[in-house]
Amino acid sequence: MQDFAEAFRLAFHLVSQMDDELAAIIALSLRVSLTAVAISALIGLPLGALLATTRFRGRGGLLVLVNALMGLPPVVVGLLAYMMLSNAGPMGFLQLLYTPTAMIIAQAILITPIVTALSRQVLEDLNTEYAEQFASLSVPWATRVGALIVDARYGLLTVLLAGFGRAVAEVGAVIIVGGNIAHLTRVMTTAIALETSKGDLALALALGIVLLAIALSVNAAVMSLRLTAERTAHG
Amino acid sequence: MADRLAIDAAAGQAIARSTAGQLPLNVLGLTWKAGGKRLIDVISLQLGDGGVTVIMGPNGAGKSLLIRLLHGLLEPETGEITWNGERAGDGTRAQQAMVFQKPVLLRRSVSANIDFVLKLKGGADPTYRDELLARAGLADKARQPARAMSGGEQQRLAMVRALASKPQVLFLDEPTASLDPASVHMIETMIADVRKEGVKVVLVTHDAGQARRLAHDVVFLHRGRVAEHTPAASFFDNPSSSPARDYLAGKIVL
Amino acid sequence: MRNTVKLLATALTLGVAIAATTPAQAEDKSIIVQSTTSTQNSGLFDHILPMFEKATGIKVNVVAVGTGQAIKNAQNCDGDVLFVHAKAAEEKFVAEGYGVKRYDVMYNDFVIVGPPADAPGVAGSNDAAGSLKKIADAKATFASRGDDSGTHKKELSLWKAAGVDVKAASVDWYRETGSGMGATLNTGVGMGAYVLTDRATWISFKNKGDFKIAVEGDKALFNQYGIMQVKPEKCPNVKAAEGQSFIDWILGAEGQNAIKSYKIDGQQLFFPNADPGEMKQAG
Repeated sequence: MQDFAEAFRLAFHLVSQMDDELAAIIALSLRVSLTAVAISALIGLPLGALLATTRFRGRGGLLVLVNALMGLPPVVVGLLAYMMLSNAGPMGFLQLLYTPTAMIIAQAILITPIVTALSRQVLEDLNTEYAEQFASLSVPWATRVGALIVDARYGLLTVLLAGFGRAVAEVGAVIIVGGNIAHLTRVMTTAIALETSKGDLALALALGIVLLAIALSVNAAVMSLRLTAERTAHG
Repeated sequence: MADRLAIDAAAGQAIARSTAGQLPLNVLGLTWKAGGKRLIDVISLQLGDGGVTVIMGPNGAGKSLLIRLLHGLLEPETGEITWNGERAGDGTRAQQAMVFQKPVLLRRSVSANIDFVLKLKGGADPTYRDELLARAGLADKARQPARAMSGGEQQRLAMVRALASKPQVLFLDEPTASLDPASVHMIETMIADVRKEGVKVVLVTHDAGQARRLAHDVVFLHRGRVAEHTPAASFFDNPSSSPARDYLAGKIVL
Repeated sequence: MRNTVKLLATALTLGVAIAATTPAQAEDKSIIVQSTTSTQNSGLFDHILPMFEKATGIKVNVVAVGTGQAIKNAQNCDGDVLFVHAKAAEEKFVAEGYGVKRYDVMYNDFVIVGPPADAPGVAGSNDAAGSLKKIADAKATFASRGDDSGTHKKELSLWKAAGVDVKAASVDWYRETGSGMGATLNTGVGMGAYVLTDRATWISFKNKGDFKIAVEGDKALFNQYGIMQVKPEKCPNVKAAEGQSFIDWILGAEGQNAIKSYKIDGQQLFFPNADPGEMKQAG
């Protein structure tokens, strides 16, 4: 199978040449997935903190639900988002279908349960450790949650990376709500799907290698940020 | 010199505060159950103002449970705990602080750990924070991550962090267990200083030598009950209860 | 510590900022064309759309899915123009009031591709139904789109003509992939199965392996593409003027020539056949 060698050669070629079209596709992938991560952080972290620090009726059921939602198939999320955003759907008036915003919404729906469930776990572990000390200090709930989020920052960073990984790698949701429109909503994964359906397996695999490289660089960037922060910033 | 003055000023404040007074402490018919087992089996106790009360007793006697109940971290099953007439709870706890056997430090810098409490209890006060750090001998570690320090340093930080809220009562739950001798010495010095400032100290310890060095009175617990509550002077030379006698004699007390 | 939080917050806001500051999602003048994978995957749109956009300044956004899904999307008002290849379904779409009027745009033909071994002996035939009958009799593997696309509808009509009940043979030798043309070709090549495909997709397909065209040239394999505007009365959001100018352009001389000039390896992929008389009426 010379396709493998060909794919790596092509991937290298793609990256070294980096034409405008590929650059735009990479930029859109990053923009869509990073924004989705930011939104899911704004929703999922407080929700995870709420689940981690409070006991209320129905909490157990909610935990099971959130954990189960981590397994949502992207294509189902895409379908749901399509039905909401379609002109025949309840939010059609927003005119968001086949736009990057629709893709962001779909990915945010997809990864918010992941961010919620995993941050709940991270924060609950830390809360268990801090609980008695915080009770002794009579720390109010909001301050407690804030302190937990700040102190669990590295664990939560990994949670957000997990969300990013899932978002940037999924194709099922974005292809339905984005439509894989050239120059408008085409991202790395839908481009890979397109090249596969054209039978250009080497190019598809090469794009896959590029996508992996992007994911690697994002992870490396976050890791180095963390290391720098640990070394220099303890004020 | 400046440090010395600052500490004196802080001591003055502490004494001024203690006149408001949470003491005396009255405990009446206290019980506490877990898993169907009575771990605190009817305790009545009175503690007066000032000095260090040491709580001793064999493992499982209920020492840690008792100070958590006194601090209002746990709700009594039956019975009553009142601090100068006020039921133990959120209200009384605000004037108290507790240091745990394993210090629970925030995953932040040394100074941020104190800032957290200062902000919580009124407002940022960098000058006071630096005083406290100096007192713990940690001035040069202010910007280091708290949890990267040695066990002794961490416990010293936990001590001054507890003092940051200017408590009237300080609970210490085996604060020097498994620390090196130098750190034990530093912490005992801090406890003695705190006592001089008029703060009531309730100390749980296994270390008879430490109890002898610090105690004003001793509460000896055995199987969830108070075996005896005796002034330190007579306790160590002439304990009145047989469990305390056996314990001090180095026998295994069940 | 505070710096870490700042960095984290910066990273978050950066993400939002990138999203917020990028230019508006669509240019002022743009339309959405619901179309099929064959037109997209063959590269036809990449060839003709720049010409249209240059001439009119209208950006065409193509959503390429199976004809069945394209029609469904258009019925949901999620497109301005429908450009597909399943005449009966298209006429139904117009008759039910979703489309304004359907026009022929171009045609090519379907072919049956297969492995070189050719156990049923259909290679070189120009009889589609007869060849399918042979394939069925030999129980040679056949990979079907199975996705309600134009190609799938055409295939089912050919089986009907051949008098073969493929439902009964499902899983046995008849395999429904439930995917697009390209994915089905990938599967077919992988399992050595015969596949019905439009010629344009086949010519531009890059993973042919040792597969060759086995059956071609039957009138029944004719593949007509039609275009129609989604009805503004049904879907108030439809960009009627822009959609109409795309239809006018593709049916007119410029568009027809553009289609004619698209070639891969010297082979013309689509043959324009708009009716100029009909055009005048429409115009």
